[in-house]
Amino acid sequence: MPSPSDGRMAWSMRHGAYWLAILPAVAMLAVLYLVPLADVLVTSVTDPRLGLDNYALLLTSTSVQKTLLTTLRIAALTTFITLLLGYAVAYAMRAASTGQQRLMLFCVLLPFWISVLVRSFAWIALLGSRGPVNAGLMAWGIIDEPLPLVRNETGLLIGMVHVMLPYAVLTLYANMRGIDVRLVAAARSLGASRFQAFRMVFLPLTRPGLIGAGTLVFILSLGFYVTPALLGGGKVLMIAEYVAVQINDTLRWGLGTMLAGTLMLSVLAALWALSRVVDVKRLFGA
Amino acid sequence: MVPPVSEPLVRFVNVRKSYDGTVDAVRALDLEVARSEFLTLLGPSGSGKTTTLTMLAGFERPTEGRILIDGEDVTDVPVEKRGIGMVFQNYALFPNMTVAENIAFPLRVRSVSRAETASKVARALSMVRLDGFGDRKPQQLSGGQQQRVAVARALVFEPRLILLDEPLGALDRQLREQMQYELKHLHQRLDVTMVYVTHDQVEAMTMSDRVAVFSTGALRQVAEPRRLYEAPASLFVARFLGESNALAATVKRPDDGRCLATLATGEAVTATMPTACAAGAAVHLVVRPEKILLGQAAQAAPNRFAARIAEVTFLGDQTRLRLAAFGADDFIVKLANTAGQASFAPGAEIDIGWQTEDCRALAE
Repeated sequence: MPSPSDGRMAWSMRHGAYWLAILPAVAMLAVLYLVPLADVLVTSVTDPRLGLDNYALLLTSTSVQKTLLTTLRIAALTTFITLLLGYAVAYAMRAASTGQQRLMLFCVLLPFWISVLVRSFAWIALLGSRGPVNAGLMAWGIIDEPLPLVRNETGLLIGMVHVMLPYAVLTLYANMRGIDVRLVAAARSLGASRFQAFRMVFLPLTRPGLIGAGTLVFILSLGFYVTPALLGGGKVLMIAEYVAVQINDTLRWGLGTMLAGTLMLSVLAALWALSRVVDVKRLFGA
Repeated sequence: MVPPVSEPLVRFVNVRKSYDGTVDAVRALDLEVARSEFLTLLGPSGSGKTTTLTMLAGFERPTEGRILIDGEDVTDVPVEKRGIGMVFQNYALFPNMTVAENIAFPLRVRSVSRAETASKVARALSMVRLDGFGDRKPQQLSGGQQQRVAVARALVFEPRLILLDEPLGALDRQLREQMQYELKHLHQRLDVTMVYVTHDQVEAMTMSDRVAVFSTGALRQVAEPRRLYEAPASLFVARFLGESNALAATVKRPDDGRCLATLATGEAVTATMPTACAAGAAVHLVVRPEKILLGQAAQAAPNRFAARIAEVTFLGDQTRLRLAAFGADDFIVKLANTAGQASFAPGAEIDIGWQTEDCRALAE
């Protein structure tokens, strides 16, 4: 018969082995991620001299403020459009047959296998003034002049929503799959129309999914670099590109690292605020 | 126009339902539900009872035939327009609403005023003995309490008909029995028509005014519980409701509702015969285990045979004997453990017998 101490030893051996297994990954993260990150934060308060001068720019520099506002606006718009489209796709997936579901899931995941760079260039080709979209619209006589679809905010939003959609669809779909469809049937049997059953029962139950997907998309959108750089055409400057300019071109490392730090702290603050409202662990499937 | 009182509330007229176009889930169904009646649809899974209820609720459309409520053809009326309250097996309470909000739901979608809603919800809550639970979330209640909320929600808008789909299936046995009586008393108090689906024959017997027995898509018999038990129209009904001894036999001499039949092992038995069979027809002789007379009591019975006790099982309020008789050893006898009941020992020889009216000859 095993004694309690035997059990404890087995426990520690079992769990000790698991800790050993994740040790290389933890060590790599610490060296390659946490150390440089600390360096970034330190640089932001030491370059060019010790103090919070760089952070004061948040309040004084109009170009910094403009970039931050643009970033927030683009991220918010991207989140809104992505949630709207993603909700429709996830809803359709939920209602589809198993075979169709598999096909739809495949199509949703497909963009993940193509680099963001390639996708951005594809959008430039598609949306350009001589691209197939404008050519088609002109051929049908819907427009006379090519629409400015790319190298501006419209193109940027199209590209960002495209990248973000899979995240929103997967999060929303996971949430919707957990909803008992019989609840909607019950609502109908109690006298609710299709729309009432959706608005009063289904939609409120997808609230955690909407919050989760919204947070995920918003946070990821804040740090976008490649898509704004290519599809924004230099007209829409988001924070990541602004940081890159400070690091690579103007060599104002203090300003660049301050913005990177601000971005990171904002994201952490947003997550913390969210955790006050909903169970974040459950939201992201932990 | 108010329909005449004799008009049934619900009528299924020659209803057929097929989901895949080849197999009928329900076929040739003609069934009426009287006003204020508690009717149970009883049958094993796949018998068509749930399909029948779903068609009445409006979730499924009959492939053929019509469904009438209050004389009005509702075959093509959508679910939400039928004015039917429904209680689901898994309760289907809305987890995003409180108990009171759940019960108020059917009133909210009907745009009932705030004040009226509040008083109706309060009344419904007290009807199911849940006063003071209005502000809780459904997840905070026990299974039995959740089921009571589901019932309150189904009757708060005073529907003409309440459908219950195996509502007690998820509860443990004791709670189930208690809820059976609660539902029955609620039905009596409210004078509402209820259609109840279950596969549990005891549940059906306890609550129903009438029971409709289904098997393999067909309605086999509709009758009051007692009639169904004592005068089953078919071997299926006899076997599905309670226990039965069924002996294969051949009709020798039919005689105006009775017959003389012989078993494969040669014994001659007199039995009642509800549907006339010609001489030579194969039938099953069905006798309920509690109708068997033993020992001295069997002496006066018109049917009297020798048997040997194979097994004795004590069940508290009754004793169950398994006898070797008629060439097999699965003949069951049940005896109430009343005062002075003799005891039995396995291996003992014993006389068994039964009255002609307690034995029914049923065609295959």
